[in-house]
Amino acid sequence: MSQTLLERKYQAVIGIECHVELKTATKMFCGCANEFGGEPNTKVCPVCLGMPGSLPVANGVAIEHVIRSGLAFGAQIPAFSKFDRKNYFYPDMPKDYQISQYDMPLTLGGEVKFWREDGTMNACRLVRIHLEEDTGKSTHAGSGDGRIAGSAYSLVDFNRAGVPLMECVSEPEIYGAQDAVAYLEALRRTLLALGVSDVKMEEGSLRCDANVSIRPVGSSELGTKTEIKNMNSFRSVHRAIESEIARQIEIVESGGRIVQETRGWDEVNGVTHSMRSKELAHDYRYFPDPDLVPMEIVPETVEKIRASLPELPWKRFERYTAEYGLEPKQATQLIDNVPLAEYFERVVTASNHPQQAKNFVLGELSRLANETQTPVAESKVSPEHLAELIVLVEGKSINSKIAKELLARMWEGAGSPKSIVQAEGLAQTSDPAAIEKFVDDVIAANEKVVADYKAGKTNVGGFLVGQVMKASRGKADPALVNELLRRKLG
Amino acid sequence: MSTEIVERSAAQIAREVNGGSLSAREAAGAALAQIDRVESRVGAFLTPLHGDARAQADLVDARVRAGERLPLAGVSLAVKDNMCLTGTRTTCGSKILERWIAPYTATAVQRLVNAGAIVVGKANMDEFAMGSSCENSALGVTRNPYDLDRVPGGSSGGSAAAVGAYEAAIALGSDTGGSIREPGAFCNLIGFKPTYGRVSRYGLIAFASSLDQIGPLTRTVEDAALVYDAIAGHDPMDSTSIDRPVEPTANGLLESLSGLKIGIVRQFDTRELGDDIDEVYDRAYHDLEALGAELHDVSLPTADYGLATYYLIAPAECSSNLARFDGVRYGLRVEAQDVQAMYEQTRAAGFGPEVKRRILIGTYALSSGYYDAYYVRAQKARTLVARDFEKAFEDVDLIACPAASSPAFAFNAKSDPYSMYMMDYYTIPMSLAGLPALSVPCGWVTPPGGTRPLPMGLQLCAPIFSEKLLLGAAHAYERATQHALKHKPQVSEV
Ligand SMILES: [Zn+2]
Repeated sequence: MSQTLLERKYQAVIGIECHVELKTATKMFCGCANEFGGEPNTKVCPVCLGMPGSLPVANGVAIEHVIRSGLAFGAQIPAFSKFDRKNYFYPDMPKDYQISQYDMPLTLGGEVKFWREDGTMNACRLVRIHLEEDTGKSTHAGSGDGRIAGSAYSLVDFNRAGVPLMECVSEPEIYGAQDAVAYLEALRRTLLALGVSDVKMEEGSLRCDANVSIRPVGSSELGTKTEIKNMNSFRSVHRAIESEIARQIEIVESGGRIVQETRGWDEVNGVTHSMRSKELAHDYRYFPDPDLVPMEIVPETVEKIRASLPELPWKRFERYTAEYGLEPKQATQLIDNVPLAEYFERVVTASNHPQQAKNFVLGELSRLANETQTPVAESKVSPEHLAELIVLVEGKSINSKIAKELLARMWEGAGSPKSIVQAEGLAQTSDPAAIEKFVDDVIAANEKVVADYKAGKTNVGGFLVGQVMKASRGKADPALVNELLRRKLG
Repeated sequence: MSTEIVERSAAQIAREVNGGSLSAREAAGAALAQIDRVESRVGAFLTPLHGDARAQADLVDARVRAGERLPLAGVSLAVKDNMCLTGTRTTCGSKILERWIAPYTATAVQRLVNAGAIVVGKANMDEFAMGSSCENSALGVTRNPYDLDRVPGGSSGGSAAAVGAYEAAIALGSDTGGSIREPGAFCNLIGFKPTYGRVSRYGLIAFASSLDQIGPLTRTVEDAALVYDAIAGHDPMDSTSIDRPVEPTANGLLESLSGLKIGIVRQFDTRELGDDIDEVYDRAYHDLEALGAELHDVSLPTADYGLATYYLIAPAECSSNLARFDGVRYGLRVEAQDVQAMYEQTRAAGFGPEVKRRILIGTYALSSGYYDAYYVRAQKARTLVARDFEKAFEDVDLIACPAASSPAFAFNAKSDPYSMYMMDYYTIPMSLAGLPALSVPCGWVTPPGGTRPLPMGLQLCAPIFSEKLLLGAAHAYERATQHALKHKPQVSEV
């Protein structure tokens, strides 16, 4: 059977666990700065180093961020929550237990709405979102490949230890690598819009593990899953899941059995490899952290946070596609560039022409932005001036050629297009008598071309239109020019 | 001068230093001289701090000269060695932290220093506060100043011995299941455990976080009140510290007990403790009555489960709290092949037998197969114990009972762990309920085979946040009975 046929025989079932570093001024349980990077072990204090006698004090902003995220995904916010200790030994974990949440997370349920490239909406439910602290980072020195085996010594940087980390756990309701990426993108966009995280995968502020299993199409039982770790981009998530699905299908097809285990993703060779068997999993001995009092989440707080939620990306997507008639790809492009989307919205509001606004913002304006390496939102073209330009075009006061020229001048800082048009008499000429004169002059001056046209070479018509436009200094209404030419040469 | 400086109460010393008739340097110097005189016999300190103490005393004198009035000006202070003090080794009585220098200072210690107290040394203790005799210290032997052949009690044994031997006017101890009250009783002192959450635990190296509480060991109730007033109150560095105003206690010490209802716990019958001991407590209860208190029988039906409950919860928390001592960042490290072996060998070499025993019990109690059967049940039992007290306090203002089942015992007398755990039988229920409780001297007993009279302690316990009433009543009892003054410590005889 071909690969495609096999994939029709099996359905992949994927659940995703995302760790998101929260954007807060200070760490989860102490006053150290929560910033990426820096000299190793410079952003540390007795608390985040787990020094004897030190005690954690929970960061209220981080708690609010999790509730905020939960509300954005329609989760329930239980009235009570608490922190638990997850006990295991790890060299870069200062206390040898991680403060996390076990049976009473800050949010329960909810769903992430995501859309595919064709614009169809989908959703994956969340099990929970909980809050925990990050660990430090080990560097193994003296071995060629940076692995611990063969290294002479290890260095630990605790700058990241104690950084607030939110874990979003999805239900196994994602049915392919493409959807997994779409889910992650939606999650990322939403968290960015909420302002709770920078969600930068390359800085480790967004990390995800995928639980992958397969089952025969039509079956409702879950197959044995494997957990893939170490994926550091959406591209590798996609590749890793594809490769793991293929591996599992191959095993099952050849009569084998999937072993529940943790697998790493090898970016270079494009394969997953076994890391450790789940059978040897730790007993984490969770219990309520006696250093932190249980949290009572009062309804007023929840409602206050709910009222402050921005428009969510999936809603914006629906608005852009349904109300403004944007293509899914264009809508996504705008939504993924928040300043550009905001710029776009202001142009729409001021001009009331979403299609033209989209054309200019994603077309000519984005081209100028690329050429000059200046983001549209930071350019000298204000959304209000662009809207003015659109109104001029739509009202047939100027034609598109003039509009393009005007935009270039506005990019240089020329200001209001209306005043330029007025000052320089650039308004479109729609007076048939004036245009007819230009047409007659052009016909008289281009005898050979006119003869060719009449002989059937109609493709030279464009040249004649161009000449008329040139004679009118670009102001002639192109539609009228066309019509007159056709009539006179026809 | 009537009495030697070292025998004066903290309140007296502070009054004199603030009044200018005594300098902090003289007061601290007297304590340091007493340390030089008796420490070789007592062994209260793991780290005496003569130099730091003199420098600190000069600072206090300068502050007093500048017009500050400090409630503990010039008062010498012994700090149990599980509380951090910047730049000073803080060992927890353990090999694993034998050379660890604390990079910060515990809130309670800092507050006493701010109030004018002078740290004269870090006091010996049972390793990680696990024990009732101070015999579990990995770093030294501490003797009872009233009988050098006997233990000072534990785990705050060094703190108690230091104050009992006049090496310090006051001490800070920590009480998890009785670790201030029992050594207080053994060393003829006031040993006071405040309401859980009243005193910040920031900088106290945790044994069992939900039970640990810092408190004073002093020679008078007034001194205990002064220390409590200085250390109590919310600390933003400890989220379990209670954010609620503290009622000062030193100004509310009572002269009589009239109008107070005091509960005598029926289950805590003292007759089986022996005739002499029974007599001491019988007398104590009568004295309370003579002072105007109305005695009532109260029942704590679940008190008997206290010990079992405690020995599940405390080890469970300690197994987690002590995980950080792994050789990676500080303290002892035994070099080994790989990180796993390093952990194992470091912890094997660094922890003593009692610590290992409790880590094992706690790890077991929290493990997935036994969590519900042990840890969860223990938490439920703990709630029941607390409820018993709540119910009892509907009828009475205070509860009175023994602080320990015997006076100080000889070294090696309690060789099996269980008989040692039994020492905390009377103190554990109050710890489980988070209640304020203290031990106040209530009489002397010469045990069979003993040659000297040994002090006994009466335990008084109050509802949460009732420190003022508790200390007030203890003061009235202390004033009327004066048991503490009947005998001098053995160390002052030579
Ligand atoms: Zn920190």
